[in-house]
Amino acid sequence: MDLGTQEAILRLVNQHGKDKLLVLLGAPDGESAEISAETVIIGDPTYAGPLAEAQLGLDVYHILEEEIRSWIPADTWDDQVGLMADVLDAEEISTAVRGMRDRRESSN
Amino acid sequence: MGNPVVSHAAQVLAHVPGLARHGSKPSRELPRNAEVLAQFLGSLRSFDEAVAYLPHQAYIGALHPRDLPARPWVGAGPAAGRFTSGGEIMPEEEFLGLLACLDQFGLVTLDYEVAELAAAGLARHPLAKRLNLDRLAAASGDAEAVAAEHGSLPLHVARDRLAAGFRHAHDSDDALAAGVLLENLACKATGTLALLHLIDDHGIDPDSIDYVISCSEEAVGDRYQRGGGNMGKTIAEAAGLGQASGADVKNFCAAPVPALVIAGALVASGVFRNVAVVGGGSLPKLGMKFQGHLKHGLPVLEDVVGGSAALVTTDDGASPVMRLDGVGRHRVQAGSSNPLIMEALGVQPLEELGLSMLDVDDYATELHNPEITEPQGSGNVPERNYKTLAALAARRGDIGREAIPQFMAERGMPGFAPTQGHLASALCYLPHAVRRLTSGDATRVHMIAKGSLFLGRMTQASDGMSVLLERNQGS
Amino acid sequence: MSPVFDGKFVIALGERDGVAGPAIAACAKAAGSDVVFTATECFV
Repeated sequence: MDLGTQEAILRLVNQHGKDKLLVLLGAPDGESAEISAETVIIGDPTYAGPLAEAQLGLDVYHILEEEIRSWIPADTWDDQVGLMADVLDAEEISTAVRGMRDRRESSN
Repeated sequence: MGNPVVSHAAQVLAHVPGLARHGSKPSRELPRNAEVLAQFLGSLRSFDEAVAYLPHQAYIGALHPRDLPARPWVGAGPAAGRFTSGGEIMPEEEFLGLLACLDQFGLVTLDYEVAELAAAGLARHPLAKRLNLDRLAAASGDAEAVAAEHGSLPLHVARDRLAAGFRHAHDSDDALAAGVLLENLACKATGTLALLHLIDDHGIDPDSIDYVISCSEEAVGDRYQRGGGNMGKTIAEAAGLGQASGADVKNFCAAPVPALVIAGALVASGVFRNVAVVGGGSLPKLGMKFQGHLKHGLPVLEDVVGGSAALVTTDDGASPVMRLDGVGRHRVQAGSSNPLIMEALGVQPLEELGLSMLDVDDYATELHNPEITEPQGSGNVPERNYKTLAALAARRGDIGREAIPQFMAERGMPGFAPTQGHLASALCYLPHAVRRLTSGDATRVHMIAKGSLFLGRMTQASDGMSVLLERNQGS
Repeated sequence: MSPVFDGKFVIALGERDGVAGPAIAACAKAAGSDVVFTATECFV
């Protein structure tokens, strides 16, 4: 994850508190979604950024996950995501992000 | 004035494993870990390996990307030639010599032996008559001493042998630091090499070119106008185009298509007869994904700097026509929605011309080589673009959903370009497009480019443009 | 409002090849959420 983005997330955690934040991802595949989810739950897996070993445990979902998608008004969804739901592998992505959330819960 | 045509295109690569450490990522990662540095240096390719690498051969036009075999491509290519008609892969000693030939400010000091090697190589080069080889002797000297000067960079060949010292141009101006100037000079050199191949390989009179538009991504300037500079005219001068002037079109990776369209408009309006579009390579991208490559036991695959040049001219009755009424643009109001962007670029221009998506034979989008991007977890960029285009074709009813894989295979192609975004963005397909639309059997090629404007932190927006090339009906 | 969104500030982390940050932000806003940060990553 971009180091500037990691810095910004850290600032937002300090400002709003971990429990008040929800991270929504738009990664194009499972691998990339998993790395982003891992970064905001456990920490930057590359140890390069300010979130290395940060253990933020933030709430994180991918935009294509049913828990999110079902709450977006249909016209907005069609304009902003629409076709991408067919192009991207929603199941692989959902499994990857859910897997990371499960790891957070089991460590709590 | 009639339709503008794209008459010729040229494409070059400079294989520069010794410069790969000056890519943005390696320059930050390698100095802090000796073990990684050793692994990096041990994973650089030889020149013969780089020439035999099939995506490189596709880049210089020796084979069509759809004729690439199934991956892996590393280690799969037979011995191959470095030259094509309209391209080449240049070895690093010659490229350092080319940098010295094109350096007007004493930035490069070549080691005596390297200068001799470069002079011998370039003297035998088919473009030798167009290079000022006298500069090489003047640029040779004590490279080690220059490299040790405050603000200088050491440049290497043969993995780790000191070959040159590269000076900065100002003590306190970051825009004129050695690293920045090296990026800019490498961009100038690859752009110049591509333009020289364009004119020399195709017998074009250098004095016939009126204007050169650069779509390169480097920022030329000093601290008072960082990035304000002009690579187009710089390259025109370096290539000996005495009658030309030039300027730059900047739009991140998307720049080549607006550059082509502007060139076409200048020709169609009669402002100029012959406009060259050039793109020099991006040195900062070298080794960008080296960690993924090393992790997967691959060589450092981002070890080449690319260059591209094309000639846009008046209708000659034979060359592919640029349809200026077939230009798609990513409007502000489309926002950042991928489907809306792809529709605006890939579908709307066709609809306006009364064409279906099956009327296009080849879609040239962002043709990044997936063997470079996948090991770092960046996925297969062209494949995603083709999936989106095919899904749009299915939604329009041009094809059934079951025909999506066929659409992707027949009208798309595997990515083959180095990860220097503007070169990968449709531009790299031009030599193939010209061939397919003249001696080949294609009728239309759709060129689609996208750019990540948000990287510069001035807008959250992205941009894109497309243009349709069509077989000339005059033939 | 969804129990997932309820009372939360949204960080929209898009990717150029997937769903971009502003597209995620537009969805979250339409769902009634407060978006506090938007970014898009580009890996090529």
